[in-house]
Amino acid sequence: MDKKSRTIIQSVAALIQNANFKGFFTGRIYTGKIKSVCVPGLNCYSCPAAIGACPVGSLQNALSSYKFKIPYYITGLILFFGVLMGRLICGFLCPFGFLQDLLNKIPFPVKIKKFKADRYLRMLKYLVLIVLVIILPICVKLTPFFCKYLCPSGTLAGILLAFSDTGLFRAFGSLFAWKACILGIIISASVIIARPFCKYLCPLGAIYAPLNKVSLFRLECDRSKCISCGKCAEACDMGVDPSEDPNSPECIRCLDCTRVCPVKAIKIKNGLLGNADNKKDIPSV
Amino acid sequence: MKKAVTIVILLLSIALIIGGVLLGQSQPVLTKASKVCLECIGIG
Repeated sequence: MDKKSRTIIQSVAALIQNANFKGFFTGRIYTGKIKSVCVPGLNCYSCPAAIGACPVGSLQNALSSYKFKIPYYITGLILFFGVLMGRLICGFLCPFGFLQDLLNKIPFPVKIKKFKADRYLRMLKYLVLIVLVIILPICVKLTPFFCKYLCPSGTLAGILLAFSDTGLFRAFGSLFAWKACILGIIISASVIIARPFCKYLCPLGAIYAPLNKVSLFRLECDRSKCISCGKCAEACDMGVDPSEDPNSPECIRCLDCTRVCPVKAIKIKNGLLGNADNKKDIPSV
Repeated sequence: MKKAVTIVILLLSIALIIGGVLLGQSQPVLTKASKVCLECIGIG
């Protein structure tokens, strides 16, 4: 699949998840019944165009409610999306991931692919998931910590809402200033580094990451064809070497590796129908 | 082995969704998503 086709799919997915266009003019969010279903990617439900619920926001809301109940419905939806597609969601369906991809297309003299702390910073997203999305909302009631203090998608939603409801601008205070700084850093970083939010901070990516190994959508590297030219690793913006670990938790399934491989050794595999456990699969390191 | 894990997670997720809907857990999702989330947009 070429990059253009992927961009088209990402655009369509972002538009479908944000189909309430009139919200941009009225300043009112969509309130129809579809909003009881979570979308697979990170898309704030306060975005004026959003027609679905944010899975991370919904999960925190359930965990931080006064009457604590295990959120079967939301957990089930997230697991369902994850086991079907893994991080293909990040690569193709997530609107915030798409925004970062667009920002990374902006020409800039310095483009950083890997740096020393990269490996350790990638662990941050798991910490964000455990601490900000699960533990703190359970301990401190009615406070969705990730949404409140970190989520850049929500800040973007607030800015979009404020354009059509100028009264909101007057309500913005220090919390908004903090969140706007985070959004600004992520937007700036996205120009230099590919998908910094997905790599280092996204709790949804942290949930989908381990599911890459067992999802229905998988990649496979045929060792009998692979010539170890390293072109796949070179093309990967996420810093993965698909010939070594085609189902790495860091792989967002952009499929650039399948495109650049000169011998077509990296292929898409159906986790159930295909023989994904055969000897051609290289175990993860 | 991976196939078995995939099937188990798939069936478990479907069971969780159905169970959650039967327990009325989709309603709070709609209620929360139908109002502007002040924390999310940075008002608090």
